[in-house]
Amino acid sequence: MNERRSLFILCCLGFGFAFLYIPILSMVVFSFNASKLVTVWDSAHSPTLKWYAALLDNDEILDAAWISLKVAVINATGASILGMLAGFSLSRFSKFRGRFALNAMTTAPLVMPEVITGLSLLLTFVAMEQLIGWPAGRGLTTITIAHITFSMAFVTVVIQSRLATFDSALEEAAMDLGAHPMKVFFVITLPIIFPAILSGWLLAFTMSWDDLVISSFASGPGSSTLPMVVFSKVRLGVSPEINVLATITIAVVTLMMISVALWMARAARLDKARQ
Amino acid sequence: MSIPATVPLKPAPWKDPSARPYVQLERLTKKFGDFTAVDDISLKIYQGEIFCLLGASGCGKTTLLRMLGGFETPTSGKILIDGEDMAGVPPYQRPVNMMFQSYAIFPHMNVEQNVAFGLKQDGVSKAQIKERVATMLDLVKMGDFARRKPHQLSGGQRQRVALARSLVKRPKLLLLDEPLGALDKKLREHTQFELISLQEKLGVTFVVVTHDQEEAMTLASRIGVMNHGEIVQTGTPSEIYEFPSTKFVADFIGSVNMFEGKLVEDEPNYVRIQSDELGSTIFVNHGISSPPQAVVWAAIRPEKIFMSIARPEGTDNIVQGAVQDIAYLGDLSIFLVKLPTGKVVRVTRPNTSRHSEEITWDQQVYLNWDSTSPVVVTR
Ligand SMILES: Nc1ncnc2c1ncn2[C@@H]1O[C@H](COP(=O)(O)OP(=O)(O)OP(=O)(O)O)[C@@H](O)[C@H]1O
Ligand SMILES: [Mg+2]
Repeated sequence: MNERRSLFILCCLGFGFAFLYIPILSMVVFSFNASKLVTVWDSAHSPTLKWYAALLDNDEILDAAWISLKVAVINATGASILGMLAGFSLSRFSKFRGRFALNAMTTAPLVMPEVITGLSLLLTFVAMEQLIGWPAGRGLTTITIAHITFSMAFVTVVIQSRLATFDSALEEAAMDLGAHPMKVFFVITLPIIFPAILSGWLLAFTMSWDDLVISSFASGPGSSTLPMVVFSKVRLGVSPEINVLATITIAVVTLMMISVALWMARAARLDKARQ
Repeated sequence: MSIPATVPLKPAPWKDPSARPYVQLERLTKKFGDFTAVDDISLKIYQGEIFCLLGASGCGKTTLLRMLGGFETPTSGKILIDGEDMAGVPPYQRPVNMMFQSYAIFPHMNVEQNVAFGLKQDGVSKAQIKERVATMLDLVKMGDFARRKPHQLSGGQRQRVALARSLVKRPKLLLLDEPLGALDKKLREHTQFELISLQEKLGVTFVVVTHDQEEAMTLASRIGVMNHGEIVQTGTPSEIYEFPSTKFVADFIGSVNMFEGKLVEDEPNYVRIQSDELGSTIFVNHGISSPPQAVVWAAIRPEKIFMSIARPEGTDNIVQGAVQDIAYLGDLSIFLVKLPTGKVVRVTRPNTSRHSEEITWDQQVYLNWDSTSPVVVTR
């Protein structure tokens, strides 16, 4: 009975992993494929790194990746700051004029279809350009602003829920010991909620990194983000370079996760050793 | 319960009309919406006192303390500390430190950094900080734990860190909100005496909030008993215990037998109270100021009632009843004696001798008390 059950659990596990990782794994494998046809394994000349070399020569993809990275970093930082401000005012000030409106407005992008968000942003940018001449045309600036608008909502929610469980006695104690409110914020509140801010930042980063719909509305000529380039390429037929791109992305993410895990283990060890 | 026998060398400051109070509350009121948490409190606290605010949960103790610390703005009334009006003075500029009910230890700093925090804000030099922190940690016996993070400490250790952190700045006034709430009985008693000796060593004025009356009795120079946002009585522990001014205080501090009755004889030097609950009269050997025929309550402490099998001499203050229940507590025993009227009287007897008169369940006994023992309250 017991063995049967453990077999069943193993099957579940195997199926789950297969479901999640076989598509990814096949992508990685096919990135070493020599054939130009993505779905045909050319066993005579594989594995090969030739598509990796091709990717490094492909300026279009590299430019797009660079734009995406810039947008993602600026967006994540901007959204974190704005989201933190919104999160603070929503969870700290119980009553103020427009609290309900702010709350509704920050959470609206969470439920709004992306197409509508993107379209309304586009209309806003066009109208603003006509009225005040800024932003001139669409490009990096408009994409970044658009991304901040929708990812700020997610950061706000993350920070607001962290602050809901924050013991305000900690801040009072710091003030009681002579620290100015400004200082309290920077040496007590900020370090304690830092993990929440970091996860908000990462959330905003990933959302910007793989956003397609909103970017398409807000971008102009010469400012295509990586998802936009990939999508347009895929429509003409999947090229093996896309597999390479995916493999590199997976490798970077995996490396980052491993190093964070190692860093955390090391910090825990140091903490123990210090006693 | 023990009442500390404190023999003041000088007259107590609260009895000296020329003494200058260190903390003065004038008609202090705090309302949350239309709920009054602190109701028109006037109070004077003197330098070097341990003043205990005692009251049931939710009676406004923390709110009062938070107003002293500057975390809550009074709805009306004034707070003077060292003669200075505290209105509009933010917490970080008050000569006051507070130990929070939840300890509020900074989780991202170790013990040492927690204690050093307040000194850093004052711009004390590094060498001085180090020295003062080390001294303070030794004082609260946490010297070996200086590098620990708060989550690696026990509740009692955390409490001592919080105490060290609030004392290291040498405040003139320290506010402690249920400082020993998280400790077990043994550690709590031990720490109470540590607190007293610390207070004597440093000369700080303490305002301690507690809902544990034994703790208040042990610590306090004076106690302020609170009920529903008001201070109903202030006085030394023995004053509060021996001469409660209202039914609430008598009931709240220690246990008490309360007999409702009517004044039937009201002379300047004695009164007699007819109590239907007791089924007899109570003779009290001092006068009280109350209209005749008024409804009053006589409060008699359980340890002041004597119990015997044989009828004691005299005629006053004697009733008969049957032992309903006995609880053996080690140092003393509690007897519940049921009177013919149905009222149950609580009597305690110290277990001083192994051969004391054997009293058992259902036995008929006589209860009597001194005519000095009853405290008569009118509300
Ligand atoms: N910020 C607030 N808003 C509304 N009501 C409050 C607020 N703070 C306290 N109260 C109310 O005021 C009353 C007194 O609260 P307080 O915290 O002073 O009680 P306490 O005497 O310290 O009780 P405990 O012994 O349980 O700590 C309570 O009824 C509480 O509900
Ligand atoms: Mg409280």
